[in-house]
Parts: sequence; structure tokens; C-alpha cells
Amino acid sequence: MIKFSFTEKKDTRSGFGIGLHELGKSNPNVVALCADLTGSLKMDAFKKEFPNRFFQIGIAEANMIGIAAGMTIGGKIPFTGTFANFSTGRVYDQIRQSVAYSGKNVKICASHAGLTLGEDGATHQILEDIGMMKMLPGMTVIVPADHAQTKAATLALGEHVGPTYLRFGRPNWPIFTAGRPFQIGKADRMLEGRDVTIIACGHMVWQAVEAEEKLADMGISVELINMHTIKPLDVEAILTSVQKTGCVVTCEEHQINGGLGDSVAQVLSRFNPSPLEMVAVNDSFGESGVPTQLLTKYGLSPANIVSAVEKVIKRKKKINSRILNIEY
Amino acid sequence: MAETYDIPQLKRISSQIRRDIVRMVHACQSGHPGGSLGCTEFFVALYFKVLRHNNHFNMDGKGEDLFFLSNGHISPVWYSTLARAGYFEVKELATFRQMNSRLQGHPATHEHLPGIRIASGSLGQGLSVAIGAALTKKLNNYDKLVFALMGDGEQQEGQVWEASMYAAHNKVDNLIATIDYNGQQIDGPVKDILDLKDLKAKWTAFGWEVITANGNNLEEIIATLEKAKSMTDQGKPILILMKTEMGNGVDFMMNSHKWHGVAPNDEELKKALGQLEETLGDY
Repeated sequence: MIKFSFTEKKDTRSGFGIGLHELGKSNPNVVALCADLTGSLKMDAFKKEFPNRFFQIGIAEANMIGIAAGMTIGGKIPFTGTFANFSTGRVYDQIRQSVAYSGKNVKICASHAGLTLGEDGATHQILEDIGMMKMLPGMTVIVPADHAQTKAATLALGEHVGPTYLRFGRPNWPIFTAGRPFQIGKADRMLEGRDVTIIACGHMVWQAVEAEEKLADMGISVELINMHTIKPLDVEAILTSVQKTGCVVTCEEHQINGGLGDSVAQVLSRFNPSPLEMVAVNDSFGESGVPTQLLTKYGLSPANIVSAVEKVIKRKKKINSRILNIEY
Repeated sequence: MAETYDIPQLKRISSQIRRDIVRMVHACQSGHPGGSLGCTEFFVALYFKVLRHNNHFNMDGKGEDLFFLSNGHISPVWYSTLARAGYFEVKELATFRQMNSRLQGHPATHEHLPGIRIASGSLGQGLSVAIGAALTKKLNNYDKLVFALMGDGEQQEGQVWEASMYAAHNKVDNLIATIDYNGQQIDGPVKDILDLKDLKAKWTAFGWEVITANGNNLEEIIATLEKAKSMTDQGKPILILMKTEMGNGVDFMMNSHKWHGVAPNDEELKKALGQLEETLGDY
């Protein structure tokens, strides 16, 4: 049974562009800054309608972050836009000092994150950004799953006060969250299940939806959580689910070190040690290629999620058999 | 500030601020006295004469001129100035660099010290922030100005030039930046570490109006800041290239980079205080 389907594919960055344009209409304090990637970030509509509130910074990302921090003084709500690589690693110290430590209401909006950037290759495919951003005290980190959710997240940022990192991507991707509620910090439990909890973010939520179909055919009941907010993490959603399923698989388009899986592992090891598998990039850089092919090569396909689920359920059964002294 | 000060009064304030600086860094045996002493006249001119500001601190500073310190390591002179201008009690200077203090080693907003609007210390960032605040003033149709101070060693940071290029291209003409041109950085003379060559020509080429001043001459720095104000709103950002003497006011701290980031011992403190009249009462 297909529990989620899609009729249309669109890029998450366009969801950002539409959300930003709507915010521009509803909130005169919203300003947008871009470092020479207006088209790629889909900021054209905002730029066209609000030229006085759009700031072309040029290829100078450090300056962009500093200007955004300064613009908050006097009540503006700056949204910066560039690729995820240039939004984080290139400007980490600027974000750390002028935005996070200074507690400024800057929205760092980052496109072309992860392997699905595709053909441009590893220089641009950042896979460390979630880790860098979530480590900053007070930083909110959001990784929406599709076009609809990226729009919803962007709109939510207009109301949210505090430094925020919003991560999205380049490729057209199934739209399947339309109409679902979105609240920063509140996980979306998309499917209820008994045998395993799959916790995914970003493009990997759809990979998990596809994996779930195969797992259902295998008789495995999956609880699927879309963890769109990495920080603050919805700890309650994780613990409630794992109490029922007893094991977890995390899925993310990010390094295995420092991402969603790491955050979930912390929660489990502190509050309810349970078997955990992480579907993520295993300590390597990416390369040029077609996005879906890259996801397969680097172990982020639905098949990889299925294998991880089988592995983690096996471990759960072993532990249970030890505890209960029974053979499965 | 409603009160107006004459030059002798401002000189008395400068002397007290210099005392505060050496006492603060001596008490915690750390911090940066050299650049702080060198910039004393600039801070006094700014806060007691030039800046249209309100010591009932408000982060947004809507009806006020704003000041941003990019070279945050000279925090002692800023803290003393803010305290002497009434932003917070002078006795709080005694907590400088101590645990649980609002007076962090480098300026921060985190502990909500009145007068500070952004953290600084990691160099090169302050001009960008000042540009952002200036843009917001323009968006809000405010006629007030934004001031920033940078170090000369700090000019080695690339972000300074990103910001410089941006402000000129976008005619951010409600902005007055100043460079503390003392020729010293922590490892030695700037010309030996990484020479800035003709800094005036560089900033002029980037599209700024550049004026110069002797920053340790109180009358001159006041006049220069007033001149800079008169040059705003004419399509160009303004830069003041301000020659100062690192360690100015304490003879054994002058003419060397040695006192960039070193605190005086008890004997040196005594010697320094002997050269600086207590005019407003020590904290």
C-alpha cells in the first residue's frame, strides 16, 4: 500500500523563494541579502517586488553575514541566501561572533546542500553544515523535506525570533507534505508503526517513504518521523516512538559525524539506549554526478535504508533474546 | 548627551579614562592597554562631544548615532568611556575580565552590557556590521549616523575590503569609519608583519572620502569627526585615517608594540598612575 504519493516534483529552493516573497508582502521588516546567486536561490520574485529591501552583496559572503547582523539593529529581519557551503563553512566565524554569540535575528538560508547538488561536485556539496550550525549555542537548525515544507518553514521564520539556519537543496523532488502542519521544533510523525522508527530529514524523508513501501511488503511495520528541525530536537517524539519500536534508523544527506544521527544517538544513549543505525555519508567527500546516482553510490538510497532497518531489527531481537533468554 | 564639555574638561576625562585603563588591565593581569591608551582621545571626543546618543541604552538605538568597535581587544577604553558617560556604574569596571562580569575580555552583547550592540574581537567583522546598521537607518528614514573603529593591523583581514567595496558601491553615506593607524600589531610593526603600503590611496581607490587626523590631539580629532559629519549624505562613505601613538599617555608604553597585550606589574602601575592625574575619582 502506498501511504504517501506525489503528483508533482519541485525543488525545495523554489519553496524558499515563494515563502520569502510572501513574507515580503506580509512583513515590511523582512529584508533579503544575496551573494551573487539570486537566480539559484529563487529570490527573484522578492527582488522584483521589493527592490529597496533586496541587497545584492556580491561574492562576499563574510560581508553579507556581518551586514545582516548589523541590519537587525533597528528591527529588520534579514534573510541571507547563498549555497549551503558558502553559508556555513566559509563564514563560520562571522556567524559565530556576529550572529550567534551576539544573539541576532538573522535567517541564514542555504541552498544546494548535500550530494544532490549533483554535477558541480564536492567543492560545493557540503555535508558538514548541519553539524557546524547545530553546535552553535542558540542556533535553530531546520532541514525541510520538500518544496511545500520549505515554503512553510520559510514562513515560520518570519515569526520566529533568533538566529536560524534553514537548509534546502537544488533538485526537483517529490512534494508530499502539502497540507501537513509545520511547527519549528515539533517533529512530524508521518506514519505510525511497531517494529522500527525511521527518523529522517530533508530529501531523505522521501527516500524513507520509498523504503517503507518495501519494508511493508516484507511485513515490517515502520514508524516514520520527519525530523525537519534538528535543533531544538523534538526529544519527546524520539523517546515516545522508540519506547514502542525499540530501535531506530536515522537518514540524512550529511556526514555521519555531526548530523541528525548524532543528535538522535545522544538522546538514545542518555535516556533509552536502543539499537541505532545511521544512513548518512560515511566520512567522505562527494563527487560530480547525477543526484540520484550519487545518493545510491554514497549509500543514501531506499535500499540502504531497508538494509539498515533489517540490521537494526536483528540487533534489537538479539538484545531482547538475551534479556528474555528466548530464541527467536 | 545634554551636557556640553569644554576642552579642559574633556582632557580631565581623558586622564581619568587612561587611569581606568591601566588599573583595569593591572587588576586582571591581562588585556590590551596599548591600543586603548592610544584611542582615548577618540573615545572621549566621540562619546562626550560628537555622538548624538542616549545613555539609557536601547539595542535598536533608533533616534541615535551608533558606534561599533571592530578591534574589540581595546575594550578597556570603551568600557571606561561608557561608564564615565553614564551607561553603567563606574565601580563595575573593577569586574573587567573576571568571571560573572558583563565586562568580557572582548565586547559582547551576551551579558547585556549597556552600550554594546555586537560582539567583536575576532577581527575584520565590525565594518560589515556598521554597514548593516547604516542600511537599516536608511530603510527606516532616520537621519542619524553610524560610526565604526578598526585597527590598522586589522586591515590585513579580507572582510574589511569586502565591506569597503560594498559601502562605496552602494553609497552608504551615513557611515563614518575610523582606522586607528598606530603602526603596531601584536607581533611587531605593521610594516614588518604585512605592510599596508599607501592605506589612504587604497581606501580612496575603493571609493571612500578619506581624511586624516592626529588622534592624540583632542581638538584635532573633534574637529575631524565634525568635518566627517559634515561630509555625510553626499554619496560616499567617510574614512578617517587616525594617526595615534600606541600606549599614549604612559611614557614607557609608547613607541613600541610591546604593550599591545601586556598588563603592567605593581611597580609599572605605580609609575603609570604617576603620569596620569586622577580627575574624576578612581573606581
